[in-house]
Amino acid sequence: MLIDWNNFTPWTALAGGALIGLASALFVLFNGRIAGITGILGGLLRPKLRDIGWRVAFIIGLTGAPFIWQLFAPLPAIQIDASNTLLALAGLIVGISTRYGSGCTSGHGVCGISRLSPRSIFATLAFMATGFITVYVVRHLMGA
Amino acid sequence: MKRHLNNITALVFSLASGLIFGIGLILAGMANPAKVLAFLDLAGAWDPSLALVMGGAIAIGLVAFTIAKKRHQSYLGLTIQLPTNRVIDKRLILGGLVFGIGWGLVGICPAPAFVLLGIGSMKGVIFVITMVIGMGVYELLENCKKSDSK
Repeated sequence: MLIDWNNFTPWTALAGGALIGLASALFVLFNGRIAGITGILGGLLRPKLRDIGWRVAFIIGLTGAPFIWQLFAPLPAIQIDASNTLLALAGLIVGISTRYGSGCTSGHGVCGISRLSPRSIFATLAFMATGFITVYVVRHLMGA
Repeated sequence: MKRHLNNITALVFSLASGLIFGIGLILAGMANPAKVLAFLDLAGAWDPSLALVMGGAIAIGLVAFTIAKKRHQSYLGLTIQLPTNRVIDKRLILGGLVFGIGWGLVGICPAPAFVLLGIGSMKGVIFVITMVIGMGVYELLENCKKSDSK
């Protein structure tokens, strides 16, 4: 295994992770909810009136993060190599599968593992495995 | 009156949680799909950073959820709603496996997709729209299944 030390950013990764953990902590301890984006967004598609506000507020906060960031510092580099077609295909896959599997990287990967939920641990192992395999197939077998 | 105050406060906490979550994603590098793919590329020049993102998040999360599990009400007096399902079934595993394929294809998962949307990236917009359509398709299929079984 070849580690890319030049792009390895341990401190910002840990600090950013800690902020994600802090956000999830605030959310469960004050709002009493799991900070899982799939669930928060998916719930808007079968709306209950009392439930719309906090879901929308969380998503506005998330979407507004780059605006607030830019008040203090320039945004770091963002690079998306995928074509629009591939993005649309991946978006569809992610939308259907995360609802079917009751969660994504935030709900299962962060909150679920933090709860020590066996379901979330298995789900995380599943999507990490196919994530690694997919990149291997695309980059090293198909040579894209 | 108290409940109304609670609701407004809850909305502010919700907004703040989403904001801090998004700032964390940007700082961590999770909002950069190229970096996510570099983490998933074990056979290439591997960037292990994202393992530390998970580590940092779970370290804080473990403390918070240990507290949350012992309480019934949040600090705002709202019911703490934690999932109760403990069955590891086909849906969970299949959903996870397929999600990993979508994630591995482009390096974007649902939370960073909204950060990319906020940046105004056209590619982020495409991903979010198709992701919401995908969730809509799921709802339709579930509704069909429910009406079939009636």
